[in-house]
Amino acid sequence: MAPAAETAAAREVIAVRQLHKRYGNRADAILALDDIDFAVPDREFLSIVGPSGCGKSTLLKILAGLIPASKGEALLNGTPIDGPRRDIGVVFQSPVLFPWRSVLGNVLLPADIQRLGREEMSKRAYDLLKLVGLDGFERRYPWELSGGMQQRVALVRALIHDPALLLMDEPFGALDAMTRESMNVELQRIWMERRKTVVFITHSTAEAVFLGDRVLVMTPRPGKVGDLFSVDLPRPRSLDVMNTEKFGGYVRRIRGVLNAGGGLE
Amino acid sequence: MMKGVRGFSLRLLLIVATLLVWEGLVRAFSVQAFLLPAPSGIFVALYRGIASRLYLDHIGVTVAETLMGFVLGSVLAFTLGIAVALSRRIEYFLYPFIVMFQAMPKVALAPLIIVWCGLGITSKVVSAALVAFFPLMVNTIVGLRSAEEDRINLMRSLAASRWQIFWMLQLPNAMPYIFAGLEIAMIFALIGAIVGEFVGAQSGLGMLIQSMNFTMDVAGQFSVLLILSALGLLLNGIVSGVRRRVLFWDPSQKIDAAGNAAAGKGGMQ
Repeated sequence: MAPAAETAAAREVIAVRQLHKRYGNRADAILALDDIDFAVPDREFLSIVGPSGCGKSTLLKILAGLIPASKGEALLNGTPIDGPRRDIGVVFQSPVLFPWRSVLGNVLLPADIQRLGREEMSKRAYDLLKLVGLDGFERRYPWELSGGMQQRVALVRALIHDPALLLMDEPFGALDAMTRESMNVELQRIWMERRKTVVFITHSTAEAVFLGDRVLVMTPRPGKVGDLFSVDLPRPRSLDVMNTEKFGGYVRRIRGVLNAGGGLE
Repeated sequence: MMKGVRGFSLRLLLIVATLLVWEGLVRAFSVQAFLLPAPSGIFVALYRGIASRLYLDHIGVTVAETLMGFVLGSVLAFTLGIAVALSRRIEYFLYPFIVMFQAMPKVALAPLIIVWCGLGITSKVVSAALVAFFPLMVNTIVGLRSAEEDRINLMRSLAASRWQIFWMLQLPNAMPYIFAGLEIAMIFALIGAIVGEFVGAQSGLGMLIQSMNFTMDVAGQFSVLLILSALGLLLNGIVSGVRRRVLFWDPSQKIDAAGNAAAGKGGMQ
């Protein structure tokens, strides 16, 4: 298994080297991340899957520059991530929309913060909202939208400033199973159209396999890389792919790693 | 909505019935007017006071004192609230003062303020400002600190500056608290102005009540109380009117708005 994405020629957008994260300084400090090593080539969709408490959210916060690493480094396009950066878009577990801003206003938040031209950005916003099927909702307010629609707005907001990297932290975790599946199909479509480098964190094994070019499996206490493998399924993948033997094989592989690591009690 | 109309007429009926029973009891037992005047007597006093322009001048003074005190107190409360909410150091040094003044009944300061600022309008404005100050300051602090961690993380992840976090997140997020504080501050400013007038004044509704008390004009006092009550409602109504426009997005407002819309248009969706 050596797909094209993994060839040495592919430019690494993210490089994580010997990354450690320790909470607290004393003897009772908790080691959240233990020697994490991986790289994400340009335009790859990397799924990171693991049970809760495996440090995957910590990892995402470090990649987003929200918290510092204790040891090791994380590089974005060759430069260390030592604080929040303007070339990263983040989608959180909850949509985190501001109720006093309209859908368009929420989407333009990064543009306002980074003082990008509102006019040009509005045009981009309209295009992106159309891409996620929310055209006509620009003047609506977040509380008028369903959970799935709100998370789409959050996705557009993360893409508006054309970041080099899209970080997604269990973005569909709060949605019901049906909405979640359709959002997965939707996200794949959007990703295939825009081809961003994505790091997608989830605790759903099926979601990780369905979306990822590669899947990184994290085992807990302390968070370590348990496995990292490519998903060799043609795109666009439909939901039916979940019933195939190959898909089941990938899911079983993840479970095996997690069981061995004591992840599933 | 039949129920709304019926509820409203029942309410009105209850008020009218109360007034009628009151009037009847006062007449039946010949209660002295300096103890409890009949509603008819109160309305006559109200009419005379307004017709002779006597009340209007005093209303003007009290309203002016209240509004100036409200603005002064609010500006100070808002500024100090922001300073305390944003700077742990300022909070640390101001905290003992805040706690002490908050526990103190501010109206007890009114006599001192009269000594310092005289019998004119200044002392009432200061008194009103002082009473209005605290609820707004406390609400400003709580509001500015109430921004959810997720929202702050979002702003930080976008490399927002501290000022951007303040303007784009903390301040709008604090608006429901600030408006709740403003509504209280408005009513408190009226209380502060009246108490200031009680202690020593040349005009104003508070002074009017006191001078009527000396002459045992109880019907007159009741009529002034009616005016004060109407004033309080009006001033509070202005602030909540502004609030409803500014805070259209606030969930606690939406219950209200949805209720009105449902009553008006027969449902929203």
